[in-house]
Amino acid sequence: MTNQEVLDHVRTKFADQILEFDEPYDMLTIIINRDGLLPMVEFIKTDEVLQCNFMTDLCGMHHPDQLGRELGMVYMFHGMRKNIRIRIKCFMPIDDPHIDSITSLFKAANWMERETFDFYGIKFKGHPDLRRILNMDDMDYHPMLKQYKLEDGTRTDKDDRFFGRDGHDGVEFDQRYIK
Amino acid sequence: MSTEPLEIDTLEGEFSTLNLGPTHPATHGIFQNILTMNGERIYHSEQTVGYIHRAFEKIAEHRPFNQITPLTDRLNYCSSPINNLGWHMTVEKLIGCTVPKRVDYMRVVIMELARIADHLVCNTVIAVDTGALTGFTYMFQEREKIYELYEEVCGARLTTNIGRIGGFERDFSPAFHQKLKKFLAEFPKKFQEFCDLTERNRVFMDRVINACPFDAERSLNYGFTGPNLRAAGVDYDVRVMNPYSSYQDFDFIIPVGISGDTYDRYMVRQKEIWESVKIINQAYNNLPEGDYHADVPEFYLPPKDDVYNNMEALIYHFKIVMGEMDVPKGEVYHSVEGGNGELGYYLVSDGGRKPFRLHFRRPCFIYYQAYPEMIKGCLLSDAVVTLSSLNVIAGELDA
Repeated sequence: MTNQEVLDHVRTKFADQILEFDEPYDMLTIIINRDGLLPMVEFIKTDEVLQCNFMTDLCGMHHPDQLGRELGMVYMFHGMRKNIRIRIKCFMPIDDPHIDSITSLFKAANWMERETFDFYGIKFKGHPDLRRILNMDDMDYHPMLKQYKLEDGTRTDKDDRFFGRDGHDGVEFDQRYIK
Repeated sequence: MSTEPLEIDTLEGEFSTLNLGPTHPATHGIFQNILTMNGERIYHSEQTVGYIHRAFEKIAEHRPFNQITPLTDRLNYCSSPINNLGWHMTVEKLIGCTVPKRVDYMRVVIMELARIADHLVCNTVIAVDTGALTGFTYMFQEREKIYELYEEVCGARLTTNIGRIGGFERDFSPAFHQKLKKFLAEFPKKFQEFCDLTERNRVFMDRVINACPFDAERSLNYGFTGPNLRAAGVDYDVRVMNPYSSYQDFDFIIPVGISGDTYDRYMVRQKEIWESVKIINQAYNNLPEGDYHADVPEFYLPPKDDVYNNMEALIYHFKIVMGEMDVPKGEVYHSVEGGNGELGYYLVSDGGRKPFRLHFRRPCFIYYQAYPEMIKGCLLSDAVVTLSSLNVIAGELDA
């Protein structure tokens, strides 16, 4: 099936949900409303023609300069029978970061959504266990957001407290840096 | 010893908690599983991941494209060349660069060598977990030879940083040709010994047959790819479905299993090693004439002679080294068949000098979450061989 045929097929059911579509580097990309995500994913998974029963990947994105749609979710599905690949994108405002979880359809989404929550702070409604996964639990920010720059490796204000050494374990450090 | 999984409801008696990992010798990496056990049976397990998280996706957003290659080394470090070359191909796809046929074939040789090395580690370690240490030591000699081959190509062994965007930094050296020929002549005999040792070995088979089977439907739902998915009977291989690097030129088969148990996962990898040898022979014996890199001066470092004598080359050299090459806008997904599954790169460029977003589809991270479901109701000894047979690599899991 060509991308156009796939798109036409999806359109028969979700004409009003599709905001934009494109095919960068030959992969069909559909941008939809976040409310339409769950029904559409269910459709492409169970549909007789598409049979996209494999979720390749999902990840978050942050576009600080797209006002009102700063955060994005990117999903990639694969129909192995006919080798159909579909990419679905949703955008949401950064002050209301939530979207439906697709763990009910793909168990693989569990950790990937946790990872996205960890990195971007997107909350997945209906996720069974939405906790941080790669970063430590008491971290109080979402590090992949664009406002957080990488640490400057040559900074000079590092002290032992940054490494969990607070002096109680016999490690000496310069008293000037204690605030 | 493998037996039928027990119905969880029938479990009675006292439960105990066991920490399997994070640094237990049987886990081969930093994985923690907190098991709730009833005797030898596993009732429930809870995983902890992220011990060696290094924020590669964040770092990648602050690096020029050629400096991201060393980050990919550290994902699946048992087969770094596949990661490196997959990343180069992703960038080439983005900038619209076609590489000469010779580069494709050279890449295939390197990637299949890496696949052999990766599978050798996985399979010999399964044997070690069942008590057969001998095969491991002998096969590591063969793996060592593969590492020497890497060394001839790029100078490094484990974290290879092999190749460049657009091709290779140099052609295969005479020593490489000599060593590869020797390897191709000797490896099959040595590997056959290992096959004879384990494949029909009664003790080994008793330990791994029926150990934590996982059927095709559940495997697909959990996003399994690579040997673990093929062991369940789904013949999905990126090399065949979306051929890259001229894989369509080679004649090879995709081994599949039936039940998806540890023995199937093991056998699929064993057979894949033979297929990889076949592919290397085909690629190496038909190595096309031509250049070993594409003509992309914006990304491929010019030869030193030109840098000293040619102003344009000097400018390109400077710009590449300083990371001042602009990349076209676009978003691209490229995947390769890594050592343990579909290794994907989702790259979004906003037209700058570094990726706007780079996401690695790491097969380990996706399928390792099925582990608690796989080992539920099984014995502890089955859980250990299952963990080995999944080939979870800590670097890829935690990125």
